[in-house]
Amino acid sequence: MISATAWRESLFKALANRSFLVGLLITGTVALMAALSFFWTPYAVGTFDIAGKLKPPSVAHWLGTDHFGRDILSMIMVGSRNSIAVAFVSVMIGAGVGVPLGLWAAARGGIIDELLMRFNDLVFAFPALLSAVLITAVFGPGAINAIIAIGIFNVPVFARVARGAALSLWPREYILAARASGKGAARITVEHILPNMTNLLIVQGTIQFSLGILAEAGLSYVGLGSQPPMPSWGRMLFEAQTMISIAPHMAVFPGLAIVFTVLGLNLLGDGLRDVLDPKLQQVR
Amino acid sequence: MLVYASKRILIGIVTLLAASIVVFSILEVVPGDPARLMLGMNATDDAVRTLQEQMGLNQPLLERYFRWLGGLLTGDFGRSFTYSVPVISLIAERIAVSLPLALISLALSTAIAIPVGVFSASRRGSIADTASMGVAQIGVAIPNFWFALLLVYVFAVVLRLVPAGGFPGWNAGVWLGLKSLILPSIALALPQAAILARVTRSALLDVLGEDYIRTARAKGLTRRRVLYDHALRNAFIPVLTILGLQFAFLLAGTIIIENVFYLPGLGRLVFQAITQRDLIVVEGVVMLLVATVIVVNLLVDLSYAIVDPRLRSRS
Repeated sequence: MISATAWRESLFKALANRSFLVGLLITGTVALMAALSFFWTPYAVGTFDIAGKLKPPSVAHWLGTDHFGRDILSMIMVGSRNSIAVAFVSVMIGAGVGVPLGLWAAARGGIIDELLMRFNDLVFAFPALLSAVLITAVFGPGAINAIIAIGIFNVPVFARVARGAALSLWPREYILAARASGKGAARITVEHILPNMTNLLIVQGTIQFSLGILAEAGLSYVGLGSQPPMPSWGRMLFEAQTMISIAPHMAVFPGLAIVFTVLGLNLLGDGLRDVLDPKLQQVR
Repeated sequence: MLVYASKRILIGIVTLLAASIVVFSILEVVPGDPARLMLGMNATDDAVRTLQEQMGLNQPLLERYFRWLGGLLTGDFGRSFTYSVPVISLIAERIAVSLPLALISLALSTAIAIPVGVFSASRRGSIADTASMGVAQIGVAIPNFWFALLLVYVFAVVLRLVPAGGFPGWNAGVWLGLKSLILPSIALALPQAAILARVTRSALLDVLGEDYIRTARAKGLTRRRVLYDHALRNAFIPVLTILGLQFAFLLAGTIIIENVFYLPGLGRLVFQAITQRDLIVVEGVVMLLVATVIVVNLLVDLSYAIVDPRLRSRS
């Protein structure tokens, strides 16, 4: 377990790490914006104002209005909820299924391990977009199907990370000591293996979170993600496409929101890796 | 080498078979009858029965699977229900757009990323390194379809240098065809190049920290010789792995990018098929793309053995 001193030490190290700080700042801003949107947005996202449509950024509408006269800033704020929710749940599905699979494969080895690796090969053959296409073809489009498609793609990623980390932990002396004291494989996995790989899982979770935001945007852009009237960044870009020659601002801002969020998460992930895994930093 | 190669090929075949079962079962888990789903609510019972027979839905499950699999292997993907033509001829027509698009993007992204990555690694910590990795960090975060929109705005709407979308067909001339693929390939290639440049740089830095690099320097080789003769070759494995994975992402990416530029490729085909509930087409295209991903990754695995002689002797 991590002691208070060790924790304080990594906190100091984290605050000295530039990518971590910038990443945390950006991610925090996006999270705050999403939280704020539950209580307040500059305009209600459901109100159409046809007279004031396609207006470029102004004092009244900081980021302009879309083809229905809706306030783009308000839509981006509400849309962030969608992106965050889809990406978060997909990471949880990936970690929730993948980590136990990886731990199990590492603990048992042999045929179970081989089967897991083949399962990974299989899932990796279906890029998230392709599984989304398949799922949508059968069950119709929607945020839930997007979550399932991205979640499935996350499973082998977490399984691989958990398996790799567990395999490197099993030969350690303290595991041997735990075995000598009579603990079974399941108990050792839960009590000793899993707590020692949380850092790795947090870093991987951050990376998958940012990939999830990108994937969700892509899926809703082609109409396979969340459906109207729920605003989503991807669909805002789809709607902007037909207006690109008269209202380019409609395409610029939702895209910047995606880049900003993904960049923040990537920086946070890079920073966390450096802070939490000093060994890796030396190699780099 | 033979053991390594045959094991990899065997795994590839098993994965392909498993993937075919997944894709095939998708039709089976359709709530209700696939024929009715494809024809819609207002279909007459007669029409449904005819389609059921045409799709062979009245036959036992296993027999249908093996017939479908046999068909795939002999190039018979079934008949499209909306176009009333064999799926394989639809695919052949569309792949003439998607494959060039994916290959040009891959070539473009490799041509940009490897030199940038090598340059950054060889001048680690310099302003040029920091700047190019900063650009790469942003590039990784850019969704390719948004980048595509911006390219359309700048080069098609404002500057009017290239068409905003559409594809004249290869019969209209190779140059016209290529011209309409320029923006889509750039849009696909640059975000991928950002990832590849970062991987190349960090793979090279890992290798440059090895003892044999110090030895090579100590025996009097120039930095340049060490970089090109020793480091680059050894940094190739992670780069190859990412290239293989990226091909899968590029293929999937073409699906989205084709929708931005209204290119009549596999991606457009699959989305039209979804709206028209032409599940046979969806099944065929997805199976083809998945098979491509598996085969490309198999080739990448096999090429490891060429790059890294140690793998040849290891089983």
